[in-house]
Amino acid sequence: MITAGIDIGSITAKAAVLNDGKILGTRVLFTGYNAKQAGRMVLDELIREIDMSMDAINAVVSTGYGRNSVDFADKAVTEITCHGTGAHFIDPEIRFIVDVGGQDSKVIRIDETGRVLDFAMNDKCAAGTGRFLEVMARALEVDLDAFGPLSLQADAASKISSICTVFAESEVISLISKGETRENIIAGIHDAAASRISAMARRVGIVPPVMMTGGVAKNIGAVRALETRLETPIRVSPHAQVNGAIGAAILARKL
Amino acid sequence: MTEQNIADLEKEKRKIKSVAKMKEIMTTYYIEAKTAAESGKKVAWITSGGPVEFLIAMDVIPVYPENHGAMIGASKMGVDLCEKAEEMGYSRDLCSYARADIAAAPINGGPIGGLPRPDFLVCCNNICGTVLKWYEVMARYFDVPLFILDTPFIHKEFSPAAKKYVIDQTYEYIAFLEAQTGKKMDYDRMHEVSRLAVEGLRLWQAVLDTAAHKPAPMTAFDAFFHLALIVTLRGTQTTVDYYRQLLAEMEQRIKDGIAMVPNEKYRLLWDNLPVWYRTKWLSEKFASHDACLVGDTYTSAWSGVMDLIDPDNFIESGAVAYSSVYINVSLDKMFDTLAALIRKYDVDGLVMHSNRSCKPYSFGQYDLQKMVMERLGIPTLMIEADMVDARSFSESQIETRIDAFMEKLKT
Repeated sequence: MITAGIDIGSITAKAAVLNDGKILGTRVLFTGYNAKQAGRMVLDELIREIDMSMDAINAVVSTGYGRNSVDFADKAVTEITCHGTGAHFIDPEIRFIVDVGGQDSKVIRIDETGRVLDFAMNDKCAAGTGRFLEVMARALEVDLDAFGPLSLQADAASKISSICTVFAESEVISLISKGETRENIIAGIHDAAASRISAMARRVGIVPPVMMTGGVAKNIGAVRALETRLETPIRVSPHAQVNGAIGAAILARKL
Repeated sequence: MTEQNIADLEKEKRKIKSVAKMKEIMTTYYIEAKTAAESGKKVAWITSGGPVEFLIAMDVIPVYPENHGAMIGASKMGVDLCEKAEEMGYSRDLCSYARADIAAAPINGGPIGGLPRPDFLVCCNNICGTVLKWYEVMARYFDVPLFILDTPFIHKEFSPAAKKYVIDQTYEYIAFLEAQTGKKMDYDRMHEVSRLAVEGLRLWQAVLDTAAHKPAPMTAFDAFFHLALIVTLRGTQTTVDYYRQLLAEMEQRIKDGIAMVPNEKYRLLWDNLPVWYRTKWLSEKFASHDACLVGDTYTSAWSGVMDLIDPDNFIESGAVAYSSVYINVSLDKMFDTLAALIRKYDVDGLVMHSNRSCKPYSFGQYDLQKMVMERLGIPTLMIEADMVDARSFSESQIETRIDAFMEKLKT
């Protein structure tokens, strides 16, 4: 059975097409302002890439903030459930997921079947999210992709005390003017985000093994900072950013 | 008949008929309060947890800034008034009832064109500490006397010294009222008011208890609405008569098998004040998942202490009862109340509103959440919002949390 999962996030739209437990392909696009169009486009591009027709797809599940705007989906499921299902599919040993996306971060505890036991999400604040890192990258004039490798070269992480994205940005600017190195500042930014996520994770109760998903999982510096804060190794799959879409495609098999 | 007709009929059948009577009573009450000066009656502003019975016995019209705050919230006028208060210099961290009410006073703002001018104020701090400063601000603004009734927080037990302290203040309260009204307290009348207050509380609790029936004839959202009388006009015959009518309607609904949420499958308990400007949205959101909020910690807070009140000794027993309300006690005691509600209504989950405005209600919720999950094995959901200030409500975040929580309950 061929199924598709579409995850419309605040920054990117992701699609995954699976055939009975085998990933046929995945794709990521910027969401832009039209979530409905982004959902259609990301799937169109993906099926063209894997040389398939829309008719071959038996069922579609949408997820993410734009889940209800995907009008061709058979069902909308929250990203909490999809990330649980996706992580379990990628690595059945996983019991805890930290998903850091564009506008929110969440922690999810799952059982041995991938079922969600408990979850928590950040409140109305961008600190500790992908958007937070984007704002900081702009302030530092560093490409976001370079954030991870650069932070690993820090000799000591700077201290960013504010938990507010806007205030943290001005704190970063004052650190720059004090002559602090970019490497140290970036390491400090990762630690600030990690400490916020860690507080949320501890509230739900960390049960290893832990997997990190979402776009921010591509940032090795963020992953290392979180490992230090959570005091446990973190597994990152090559499909971290499309984990929610994969989970959605798996749930589509049950329709 | 078309499908639409049938759906409309179904909807009409589920409507609570007593609502009209309730609206009529509240309208009459506010007209009386606003024309009090013409009819020669005194008006006192009082906190929601304050001992209103003494005012009723002295023929003083009680007016509730908190009830006003709830009306402002439900009329979606909260943001505008909160912003006005912030322009006046009040912090956004201050309770939104306080902000809305303080801002409404000088401009006669809000859905009823402002509250009637008070002759004096009565502030009881069993519900929070904010009311002390809020009432001081209002007393200064209107240049009227303020009586403060201080109810010590109960950590483990209510000590004899604390009890004496509150009883002594109750006598001071009576003396204050006698001075303000220029007449003596009629203790026979006071006894009658106490009896009516307890009767009203028992009837209100009986109304809430009908939701223990499966399916529930009413939801917490209905309780939020019908609560107004037990808060504002406790100790009057009007309140007793109304709740008797409402109880009869609920019992009839049970007999007729009328459920408020069609296809009720999941039963949930609500914690904290309502999100007044989003009750309809939340109610529909939960109903779309076949979930019914069958009970809550808020509307049962008034009747929660009724067993402590002895109408034959209201001054002493009332002092204990007023000090023992849900948010003036330790987390352990709050957990006991919460656990009893969870059992009584036989719920599948607990929805906690982390209310930015109400610190004493929201502080400790994470601990309570943990206690409920660990000791009772009941799943919980935390949503962050505010009772009146809609700027603290993020629809898509809250929608995702509710949807995910319901997905979890369904699997």
